[in-house]
Amino acid sequence: MNGVFWGVPVNVWTIIAAAIVTYGTRVGGHLVLSRFKRIPPRIDAALNAVPAAVLTTLVAPSAVSNGSAEALTLAICLIIGLRIPMMAMFAIGWAVIVALRTVGL
Amino acid sequence: MSPSRSEFFQGVRASLPIVAAAAPFGMLFGALAVDNGLSVGEAVLMSGLVFAGASQMVGLELFSAHIAPWIIVLSVFAVNFRHVLYSAALGRRLGLMPGWQKGVAFFFLTDPQYAASEARADRKIPLRLTWYMGMALPIYVLWVLEAWVGALFGSLITDPAAFGIDFLLPIYFLGLVLGFRSRPGWLPVVIASGLGSIAAFYTVGSPWHVSLGALAGVIVAMLLPPEPQADDVAPVEVTP
Repeated sequence: MNGVFWGVPVNVWTIIAAAIVTYGTRVGGHLVLSRFKRIPPRIDAALNAVPAAVLTTLVAPSAVSNGSAEALTLAICLIIGLRIPMMAMFAIGWAVIVALRTVGL
Repeated sequence: MSPSRSEFFQGVRASLPIVAAAAPFGMLFGALAVDNGLSVGEAVLMSGLVFAGASQMVGLELFSAHIAPWIIVLSVFAVNFRHVLYSAALGRRLGLMPGWQKGVAFFFLTDPQYAASEARADRKIPLRLTWYMGMALPIYVLWVLEAWVGALFGSLITDPAAFGIDFLLPIYFLGLVLGFRSRPGWLPVVIASGLGSIAAFYTVGSPWHVSLGALAGVIVAMLLPPEPQADDVAPVEVTP
């Protein structure tokens, strides 16, 4: 998006709106959810699932829609990521994608 | 040292491991922001106003795809939704703070800030704004500076693919997904979202794979038999 709206780039408006909804989540739980004595279990389960569900959608298509270097990198990261900390997995994954692309996969 | 000063520095001490762990990601955000079409100023603005690492990365992924702004905002909201749970849980612990202080404190409510605040409250130490900001301010100030430094470096990189930079976000997101794996129903949710998003990607097309795939995962979570669980909200990330 490179448009301009009221003299301000659309990107900046988008960032401001993202900041407002983010602050909304940080203050909203206290303002709204704390009025309920108990959250219904299925709603609670749905809320708990939201982050993993959203983030998965950002990974899965890039595993199948790119080349074999990308698919292989994510497969390796998935396996090692179950055993080692996030940052180590991230560093190894970075090295693997560069290496696999260099050898021409 | 006065009691409030020493409380502030206790907070600063609590922030140090977080500051160190988040630094690479703070700079990575700046570099990727420029790679995805934001200006240096917009990258800094985003770190300073949103101050939520994973959702900032999600925003970047979508900025580059020229997606309607409201979908970007909705996706940021979805990724940050866990803060609703932190906020509800932590609100009970902030009884000592007047309303305006709570309003300030909630702006800085990151995953590690939540975890440390709960831990402090568990040790029966009253939560005051001095300790809270002692922890929050170093994390915040460095996070914003890192975006700026990362963006300056990022604008020097002319061929991101050669350095694998274009593929760092999926690896990062995969790490976040794995970080949630102790949650009930994680595996079925991830499988449903994964398959749903791939199916939507090839049929309806981007960007709908995000909302449709996530919806598939959330529906599966609601259909699973509810598990009795503790009411703790376990944070998983090291970055804001």
